[in-house]
Formats: sequence, C-alpha cells, structure tokens
Amino acid sequence: MKHVSVAGKLMALVLSAAFLVACSSSSTKEDEEAARAAAAAAAAAKAAQDAAAASGSATASGTGTATSQEQQRLEQAAAAYGNVFYFAFDSSNLTPEAIASLNAHIAALKNTNSNIRLEGHTDERGTREYNLALGERRANSVRDYMVLNGIASYRIETISYGEERPIAYGSGEANWAQNRRVELVVVK
Amino acid sequence: MKSLAIVIFNLAFLLSAALARADLTIEITQGMDNPTAIAVVPFAWEGTGAAPVDMAAVIDADLTRSGQFAPVARTDMLGLPSTEQEVFYRDWRALETEYLLIGRVSTPPGAGIRIDYELFDVLRQSRVFYGYESGPARDARMLAHRVADKIYEHLTGIPGAFATRLVYVSVTRGGQGNKDFYRLTLSDSDGAQPVVLLESREPLLAPTWSPDGKHVAYVSFETGRPAIFRQELVTGKREQLTNFQGLNSGPAWSPDGSTMAMVLSKDGNPEIYLMNLASKQLTRVTNHYSIDTEPAWMPDGKSLLFTSDRGGKPQIYRYDLNTGATTRVTFEGTYNARARVAQDGRNVVLVHQQDGDFHIALLDLVTNRMQILTSTALDESPSIAPNGSMVLYATKAGDRGILAAVSVDGGVKFRLPSRDGDVREPAWSPYLTR
Repeated sequence: MKHVSVAGKLMALVLSAAFLVACSSSSTKEDEEAARAAAAAAAAAKAAQDAAAASGSATASGTGTATSQEQQRLEQAAAAYGNVFYFAFDSSNLTPEAIASLNAHIAALKNTNSNIRLEGHTDERGTREYNLALGERRANSVRDYMVLNGIASYRIETISYGEERPIAYGSGEANWAQNRRVELVVVK
Repeated sequence: MKSLAIVIFNLAFLLSAALARADLTIEITQGMDNPTAIAVVPFAWEGTGAAPVDMAAVIDADLTRSGQFAPVARTDMLGLPSTEQEVFYRDWRALETEYLLIGRVSTPPGAGIRIDYELFDVLRQSRVFYGYESGPARDARMLAHRVADKIYEHLTGIPGAFATRLVYVSVTRGGQGNKDFYRLTLSDSDGAQPVVLLESREPLLAPTWSPDGKHVAYVSFETGRPAIFRQELVTGKREQLTNFQGLNSGPAWSPDGSTMAMVLSKDGNPEIYLMNLASKQLTRVTNHYSIDTEPAWMPDGKSLLFTSDRGGKPQIYRYDLNTGATTRVTFEGTYNARARVAQDGRNVVLVHQQDGDFHIALLDLVTNRMQILTSTALDESPSIAPNGSMVLYATKAGDRGILAAVSVDGGVKFRLPSRDGDVREPAWSPYLTR
C-alpha cells in the first residue's frame, strides 16, 4: 500500500515535470534545455522520494492528518528554501532548484487549508506587456506543478506584475536574476 | 464569467491637482547636419495685463527640438522687429539667418488671446507666409505650438505635431519595503504643463489615446489585479472596462473609436480580443497556446499587428480582420515586440533585440527593411508622432527611467529626463481638434 502510493507519487512528479517541459513557452527546444529538463525531472523524482520518506505514512497514505509536530517540521523545511522560485530569461521552465523548493512547499501545504497566491515577475528586459504575459506564464507554471502534485487548484490564485515590481532596481544579470521570479504567498 | 463591473469615478479633483513633480526637461543630443537657420524674434505684447507666456521661446524650442532648425540667440539679434516695416534684411543676413519669424500677441475683446505671425525669407527679402492663431488665454502655449506647426509645415512640407500632448507613467520609488508611487501624467508634447490624471500605489501601465484625443485608456492594478480603465480627460470621469481573471492589458482603440483591442487571459493564456465599446461585447481574435499580446491597429482599421511567441520567440504578426488570416511580419532577430504603426500605414516602430540589447527599430512594411534607430540598451515603449516624424520611447540612463525621442530617419535625438523619479510608457496623442 505504502509502496504503491509512493510510486504513484513519483510517477506523478516525473509526469508533471515532463508535462511542464512539453507545454512550456519555447516550442523550439535546444539540447541544452532538454538536458536541463531531464535533470529537473530526475531532481523532482529524487526530491519526491526524499519528501515521501520524510513525511512518512501519514502523507503517503493521503489521509491529510500529519501530526502537528510533523507539520511543523515540514513547514520549517519549506521555509528553509524560501518562498521565491527563480527563472532563466524569457523562460517559464522550473529549474531543479525551484522544483526542490516547490516539493518542500507542497509537502507542507498538503495538510493545511491555506490558500496560496503566486505572484509572477520578470526582469526589466523586453517589453512591459510581453513581460506581464511572461510573469503570468511563470506563475501558471508553478501553479500547474502544484496542482499536479495534489494541491487543489481552487486554493491557488495567480497574478502577474511583469517587470513592474522589481526586487533589485539596477541593471545587469546579478539584478535581473533576482527579478525573474515567482513569489509564493500563503494567504491565511 | 464575472459580469463587468462598471465603476465610474469622478476624478475631476485630480485634474485640478497640483503640477506633477515629475516635470520633464529637454536635452537635444543629436541634430541634423545642415539645419535651417531661423530667427524667432520675441513677439510684441499688445494685450492688456501681463504677457501670458513667451510665445517666441515656445516656438523656437519646438523648431529646434525637431533637429531641422538652428535657432538664432536673442543676444545676437541686432533688432527686435515685430512688424514688416521694422525688418532690416541686412541685419539678419549678417547673422547668416535663412528665415525670420516675427509676431504680435494681442487680447481682442471677448476673444481670448491672438497671435499674429509673419515669416520672412532673408535671402529673397520677402514675406513668404503669415497667419494668426487665437483661443482662450489658458491655451496660450498650445497656440504657440500651433504657430510652430504652421511654420514647420511651410518650411518642410510635413504638418507639424507640436500642438499635441503626451501621457506617460512616472514612478517614485517607495524604498525600504514601501510600495512605489505611480502617476499617470498628461503634458504638452514638449513635456510642459504636466497634469496628474491618476495616482496609485499599485502599478499603472500601457496608457493609450482614443483617436479623437479626448480619452485615454490604461491598465491599473488598483483593484489588486490588472484591469483596463478608460478616462475622459476633460471631466476626469473613469470607467472600468474589464475585470477578468488573469491578464487585462494592452488596450488599443480602433481608428474609428468604436472598438478596443485588448489582451485577456481569462480562457487560460493571453489572447487578443476586441471589445465593442458601446455594448461591451467581446470577440476573440487569436486562438493559440502561446503568448499573444500588444495589439496595434493598422490605420485603415482592417488589420492588427500583435506580438506572439508562437514561433518560439516573440515576433510581430498581422491579423487580417476580414479573412481571419494571421501572417508573420518580422523575421530578423530573436525578439521583436510591441509594434506601433505610423499614420502612413507603412512605417512600424518596435522593440528589437540585437546582441543582447533592446533597441527601437523602424520596419518598412513595403520593403521589409528594418533599421535600428537607437543605441542605448534598454529601450522600450515606442510611440510615433501623429505626423510620423519622431518616435518617443522609454529608456534608462544610469538606473533611472527617462523618455527619449529619435527621428524616424535616426538623424535627430533628444531626451526628456524627469527632474524626479522614473518616467516610462510615453504615448503620443493624435492630432487634437480644437
């Protein structure tokens, strides 16, 4: 029973990673991106294994009744990752780092009823309205991954600010990298 | 579908609000090689009370900003004629002046203010053009811009676009965890007389003009989500046009004013829609899983240009409203976006990426030639003057957002930095009726 459930979860994660690659922005995929997607899928599988192992039978059996102690630990694990997921330029593909972080957040959110707001952002390069659309695509990319991994879609709200709300105001990749992001906000 | 929440605010108080702090200044950075030397003599004041504005200075600045004219400094002028009898051609020949503009400003009873002007060809020693402009005293600067339009047209053959206006977004950074402060500002085409149309702690973007120049539309996040608003300039009355889940952006009025193209992602991803502004009925235009955004009307109203990354990278496409056919327009480079079309239906300005930098480029729809007009790295939001001569756009100087302009041949450049804060998203008005 437990094995089936973990395997099913693994399958879901791998499929969702593959799905995200399949339906992501750039239809002209380059080898580099394909390789990264494969790495992301592998990382997702491993992260899922870790999460499943860490969360124990309560999560795996899907009863949704983690003990408060376990839940606290899951929330701490999620908090350690931070609530921001970063992206490459003009991309909405989840990076392996983002997936690892998301898996921790999903594990922590599964046993709660909190609503979630995903705020998509871009760097300042390119046009403002294309960036609004790109920010939405990033937020949707995170939302789709969460939904595929068991967070009910009605709990998730997305909004894009495009390039209007930078974290770092300066130019250059160091600043831009901080701005290409989705922020996860838990709405109580 | 959520019903459209039609919210009408009366923001007339904002129209009477204090001048914007984001006042623009003008720095001409590049002019033409052989500009025409023109002396604009201070106009004689023949009215009652104090003279309202220095009309000649406004006209002189307009002509100089076009890059096609070289001004003559007042301190070099050997005389200040205001009538033909007072003109001594040898004085102006000595200054190598090609043209001479003189004028008189009066306040006829019950008729506001009136500018009479006369243009002389110094070499031919003859008056070549004259006329007058009149209107309410509060429009004094606009009257001066109209004189500049007439002089420009007489000397270049192209109607002037000085008696037009701009809307733009200025932002004061909140700093230290505070939200930024956004303002939508209306000004003269030279950045003078700024008036704040709207202030918000939430983002404002994508301002655009109605074809009659009486309304603007824009995207405001004031409700916590992006929504399209339309605002009447004279009264300040606002109407919220959209309140859909997801993106509500890219408002663009059809040339006949009846329809607004816009971007909505209510059906899952960004698509172009048309809203009938009378019935508020929506018609979906695009149907593709990629990003479709930034609609712009061709001047004949028969097709739309828009940005789509359906080919993998953002490129400009054209949608024919009669046939429903979509054709790709740009092929050069990996990023072409946010097209705006000149009134001739031939010149298109857009954002083009080259070697990692974003520039403003001009695409000729007939020859398909693309010419890069700017050399700065983060140029965006091009808006073309109604006479097709200049392109206003947003760029960055240091880490500040500024407005800049370039002529469609790339030969003339000027900047309009703000005295305070970031400025962005300029939209040049159409020709304004009186």
